[in-house]
Amino acid sequence: MSSVNNSGRSLKITGGRLFDGQGAEQANTALLIRDGRIVAVGEAAARETADETVNAENGVITPGFVDLCCNLREPGNGQKGNIASETLAAAHGGFTTVCASPETSPVNDSSAVTHLIRDGAASRSPIRVLPIGAITRGLEGDLLSDMSGLASAGCVAVGNGSRGVRNARILRRCMAYAQTFGLTVMFSPENQALAADGYAHDGLVTSRLGLLGIPEVAETAAVMEMLLLAEETGVRLHLSQLSCGRSVEMLADARSRGIAVTADVAMHQLVFTEEALAGFDSRFHVRPPLRSESDRKALIAGVRDGVIDAIVSQHQPHDTAAKQAPMAATEPGLSSIESVLSLGLELVEMNELALPDLIRALTTGPASVLGRTARLAEGETADICLFDPDAFWTPGPKTLVSACRHAPVTDRKLPGVVRLTLSEGRQAWPQFAG
Amino acid sequence: MTANDSSPHHLQLTRDGQLRHFLTLDGLDRALLTDILDTADSFIEVGERTIKKVPLLRGRTVVNLFFESSTRTRSTFELAAKRLSADVLNLDISTSATSKGESLSDTLLNLEAMASDMFVVRHSQSGAPHFIAESVTPGVAIINAGDGRHAHPTQAMLDMLTIRQHKGQFEGLKVAIVGDVLHSRVARSQIRALNELGAEEVRVIAPGTLLPKDVESLGCTVEYDMARGMKDLDVVIMLRLQKERMEGALLPSEREFYRLYGLNQQKLALAHPECIVMHPGPINRGVEIESAVADGPQSVILNQVTNGIAIRMAVMSMAMGGQVAERQQKLSERDQA
Repeated sequence: MSSVNNSGRSLKITGGRLFDGQGAEQANTALLIRDGRIVAVGEAAARETADETVNAENGVITPGFVDLCCNLREPGNGQKGNIASETLAAAHGGFTTVCASPETSPVNDSSAVTHLIRDGAASRSPIRVLPIGAITRGLEGDLLSDMSGLASAGCVAVGNGSRGVRNARILRRCMAYAQTFGLTVMFSPENQALAADGYAHDGLVTSRLGLLGIPEVAETAAVMEMLLLAEETGVRLHLSQLSCGRSVEMLADARSRGIAVTADVAMHQLVFTEEALAGFDSRFHVRPPLRSESDRKALIAGVRDGVIDAIVSQHQPHDTAAKQAPMAATEPGLSSIESVLSLGLELVEMNELALPDLIRALTTGPASVLGRTARLAEGETADICLFDPDAFWTPGPKTLVSACRHAPVTDRKLPGVVRLTLSEGRQAWPQFAG
Repeated sequence: MTANDSSPHHLQLTRDGQLRHFLTLDGLDRALLTDILDTADSFIEVGERTIKKVPLLRGRTVVNLFFESSTRTRSTFELAAKRLSADVLNLDISTSATSKGESLSDTLLNLEAMASDMFVVRHSQSGAPHFIAESVTPGVAIINAGDGRHAHPTQAMLDMLTIRQHKGQFEGLKVAIVGDVLHSRVARSQIRALNELGAEEVRVIAPGTLLPKDVESLGCTVEYDMARGMKDLDVVIMLRLQKERMEGALLPSEREFYRLYGLNQQKLALAHPECIVMHPGPINRGVEIESAVADGPQSVILNQVTNGIAIRMAVMSMAMGGQVAERQQKLSERDQA
């Protein structure tokens, strides 16, 4: 297949099940793409002839997935991954837009670093990269960053990555300052004093294995504090990577009172629980930690009900040394972006989540958090994912393209193979041979 | 959903159920625990001879890897290995390689390259021996000599041996564990062993700040009041209290702790008259236990130390046996193939 972004060549996708990001599913329709845009949908597209045609029979066609939380590890952590390797992994996972976490080295707290990431993406990424700026200098949680400068350089939001801020006074000032420029703030809620040295859910498994626990209240107390401060400052707040059922309740309550708050959850939180650590498997050392089965169920319900807007990958590639040690000495995170769709389809198969809800949480949900659209309609940018939900693959060294191999599942087949990822009409996956 | 099948009991047993590592009591059944106790019993006699040696580990190299300092546990492991005729190397890692920035994996791979047959590992991080057995040196028998808050299986087994010597059996016994259960690897292993061996009731007696979350799920009941908790006890096990616990706002003072949870003669009188008193040591006199009780007729604290050598001989010989059997099985399978 060739590039159809600005060559004047056209591409038609026919057949399959189409989720256009607006209405209900449509069967056996068609999409026509030219110059990076969708130029016709449905019968109008079907009538046209194109330079190339893709038969999407048995496939599902959706807007390209949008990831609000992804670590590309560039600049500064080349041993873990880089923009080229991790954006290709994202394209393999069906993503056409990823938000790059500010947790780089140096931290993305200045327009210079933002430009570095954008330039790297422009030359080496097959998909769109939207940087998130650090809300405090060096992500230290003490001093405000140049938020206005970061926004001008292209940051789409500001946040503190997975790190907290010193205290509620600084958090309040972060929000008030960001609100001045209409910036969305993204926080992963964790009360540092309560989390202390913990690295696993304080519950049955930590008690049995003698691991240091992070209590649920480390998250819920922070969620409550952030909701109250968002209400007071009027900032647009996005809560990243929720892990507790109780947080979903508080979020729903805040929304019903009209507070401008959105939220996401990492796919692995919807699939695994604290039991994944039972064999001291440090792969599942993630932060926030995997919690109980009732939390997992409540998070899924949150996605289903739309209280949680987005499912994220929380992709955190690591070098082997960072994960090969007793759990307390390992770094948190999974290389997850290539498995998000497949793990979601397993939830669909088990009737825990409906396919339209899964697709919404990967497309229109996260896009609207960023104030963007994700629609397959005439005139829209051709960001498209085509996958086969009934085909299987096994994640492993031969199939994964991320620089890191610590995927959540590596020992069995998963449903869902991405056949084609188009980013602005350009083929992002499968990778071009030439 | 569980992510894998590498739970500790699959790791520490051979395909036919023999011990090949000794990492935790989780997943070991009553028959195997009883086998360990019976084997230890047979080694007690060795310690009473003038020549205290048997040749079970002759020609084998045992490395004592203590990433956390210890006197008693290390010396009893060393004595146990020597009584089994092994060559013993003691390494105090906390002051050597790791302080030069070498990773745990690299340190161990170097030691494996020196043809070691068994590592006795103590580490401050829960799961470290499990990590070593699974990912670093699977061909070396790993004996857990205490990891973080997770497990101290040889200590728990020597406690079980001591209880069996004094009580004859476990059925019908009421046992209490008193003090800092939260930070205690000993308590976790004891609760597991007592449940598997059939004790009637395991109680933990401690303030809320020194108990892990959902502690009942480990197989015990909780009692905050020591006087109530002492009632009808056959065995009372006191845990060591670290001085640091005052700094973390877990306890107000040693004095208050001793008043509420220290074992004195008045409290001991509330238990069954033949209740035995145990402590994994080293004891803090006047913090966990009164001297008159620690040195009194119901105390079996020094028996525990003596039994420590026999239990460690039992576990080391059994794990080495499992490793050798598995190695031979793999060799013969390869020959056949």
